[in-house]
Amino acid sequence: MGRNDLITGNVWEQYSKKVIDRMNNPKYLGEFSEEEAKEKGLKLVVADFGSEACGDSVRLYWLVDPKTDKIVDARFRSFGCGTAIASSDMMTELTIGKTVDEAMKITNLDVEKALRDDPNTPAFPPQKMHCSVMAYDVIIEAAAKYQGKNADDLRNSEIVCECARVTRKEIEDIVKEHNVKTVEELQKYTDAGKYCKSCVAPGGHEEKPVYLVDIIKDVQEQMKKQNLKNASQTEDFDKMSLIKKIKAIEEFLDTKIKPMLAMDGGSLELLDIREEDGITKVYIRYMGACATCASGGATLLAIEDEIRKFFKSDKIKIEQI
Amino acid sequence: MKAYLDNNSTTPMDKRVKDVYCNATELFGNVNVIYQLGIDARNAMNKAYDILYPGIGADNSDDIIITSSTSEGNNTVIKTFLDAFLKGNGKKHIITTVSEHSSIKGPCAYAKTLGMEVTYLYTDENGRIDLKELENAIREDTALISILYASNESGVIQPIKEISEIARKYNISFHCDGAQAIGKVKINVRELGVDYFTFGAHKFHGPKGVGALYVREGAPYVNLIHGGNLMGGKRSGSVYLNGMIAMAEALKLANENLDLINTKISKLRDRLEEAILQIPDTKSYIDKKYRLPNTVVASFRGIEGESMLWDLNVNGIYAATGSSCSSERLEGSEVLEALGEDPEIAHTGIIFSLSRFTTQEEIDYVIEKLPGIVERLRDISMTYAKVAPK
Repeated sequence: MGRNDLITGNVWEQYSKKVIDRMNNPKYLGEFSEEEAKEKGLKLVVADFGSEACGDSVRLYWLVDPKTDKIVDARFRSFGCGTAIASSDMMTELTIGKTVDEAMKITNLDVEKALRDDPNTPAFPPQKMHCSVMAYDVIIEAAAKYQGKNADDLRNSEIVCECARVTRKEIEDIVKEHNVKTVEELQKYTDAGKYCKSCVAPGGHEEKPVYLVDIIKDVQEQMKKQNLKNASQTEDFDKMSLIKKIKAIEEFLDTKIKPMLAMDGGSLELLDIREEDGITKVYIRYMGACATCASGGATLLAIEDEIRKFFKSDKIKIEQI
Repeated sequence: MKAYLDNNSTTPMDKRVKDVYCNATELFGNVNVIYQLGIDARNAMNKAYDILYPGIGADNSDDIIITSSTSEGNNTVIKTFLDAFLKGNGKKHIITTVSEHSSIKGPCAYAKTLGMEVTYLYTDENGRIDLKELENAIREDTALISILYASNESGVIQPIKEISEIARKYNISFHCDGAQAIGKVKINVRELGVDYFTFGAHKFHGPKGVGALYVREGAPYVNLIHGGNLMGGKRSGSVYLNGMIAMAEALKLANENLDLINTKISKLRDRLEEAILQIPDTKSYIDKKYRLPNTVVASFRGIEGESMLWDLNVNGIYAATGSSCSSERLEGSEVLEALGEDPEIAHTGIIFSLSRFTTQEEIDYVIEKLPGIVERLRDISMTYAKVAPK
């Protein structure tokens, strides 16, 4: 938040002159017919993306030279807002003269950049970035048709934020590198989730298979486990200070043992850890279903075994209270 | 030429109201001081109340609390019942409708986070609620029914008097958000039998930043703004005196001009509606007898609402999509979908709302421009494309 967020509703005044001009006078509006293509010895490709029920859709027409795979000419029609129409127009222009393979590399980010008046000022406000995403998708649809492939196979399925085109891997790397815990922290390093915000968390404009909040949670979980593993591998348990032992065992119980017990409706509580005669004694109390379980004793031995294996030490003993 | 046809959103100030408003700024004395400047200010307040009380048919034993907006009044009402619930009166249920303004839905959502329960009544193809459904929704622990008089966007009018009778029968408090109705429909709160009635001056050619909350004598009330002794201690904060005076003047003028809305303006509205329906693949919604006399709700197949607003704007015509598509949020089409329209048509909805200042020239201008706008946008639209993918 801040001054800029206090005045809401500002959309059209953030459009570049190019966006306004393309909305008012689209240059590549129109369509080609099969006859026209045949006359010129070219292949007609027609592809759709989006739907009117969702509020925006685009249809792309290509005339492709089958000998060179080059897109000789292109047109579009679109159902959508000003940004959708201007982006469709620019996208159509950008594909002309390229081979189908080259065109597939065009993304909504390229379209948005091409629509800027000034290289440092976005062509439209962040929430409208969403409307340009279909520019990328419809090219993939058209390319798939031309090449006789499945569009889903050509698409980068690892993209989590379509507006900013950020992949899951890129987000995971940032979370790991900067120990990111919230979406706000994440956005210091990436534009993911800054535009239409659908990918941030459930409940946005579009449903997503995975959200930024999930990825952050998953990676944080992995990192926790990794740290634990590293700790056990790098440091000799028997030589750890008592504090370190307590922390390591507590984390081990939380991440390895408790989730296992929880599957049977049980749990345990760590009561104390003491060092006696060179043995580390871990005092626990069973809770939930474990408290009344007949095989509690066997489970205790199994837990002890796990802990000993994990910390590579046989000088650990578990005591039930 | 320009044509402002978004009067359900807000209205321009009447010139006479503007004069009253500007002159009243001279009355700068604190309304609570005992010396002459306070006496002058209080006299002016009294004169404004002389218009406001009969203007909405309130009894002098009732309260008309001057607020900053309809939203403030709406929040005060919902939070009065939230307060009682939090203090343990056991009444946790509110009944309202899907067509309420965000200033009802917002505080209801907030009340839910604190343990209250809210039933949202659905509306039919005319945008009206079903009274039987309302009765079925009533529970032992229902504290409040809150239903708007006329929809903020589509202008659908709800059967307030009948709802009020049902509320009375079950001894449940009833609030009516009158923001969209006042100035277009004669309001008599006592005859309607409502416990609370809220409105804001800017919807009937008054200034922005001032509104009123009617509270029937004896109805529960808890302050939203605590502090000094203004409004009998019920709403703190310096009284926006020139706003209040201007609101009273605006209400007087609106009530005097109700006939104009129902005759001349309603005819202009019909003229516009007929012209729209002359264009192929268009549709209008809501039976006129259930709709405010100033409103047209229409769809234009193949033309997404925001792009329609764009071309209207280029031509100096200002209307609404009835969705938030053109704002920060992207969800559109809520109004038409609520009326049962298919999603792909719902995104093409446009709402034109006239005021008593709308002229025949403005409507003729819109009628002249519309076919060309529709033609250009349909030429862009893929709905009307000849060649489709195979």
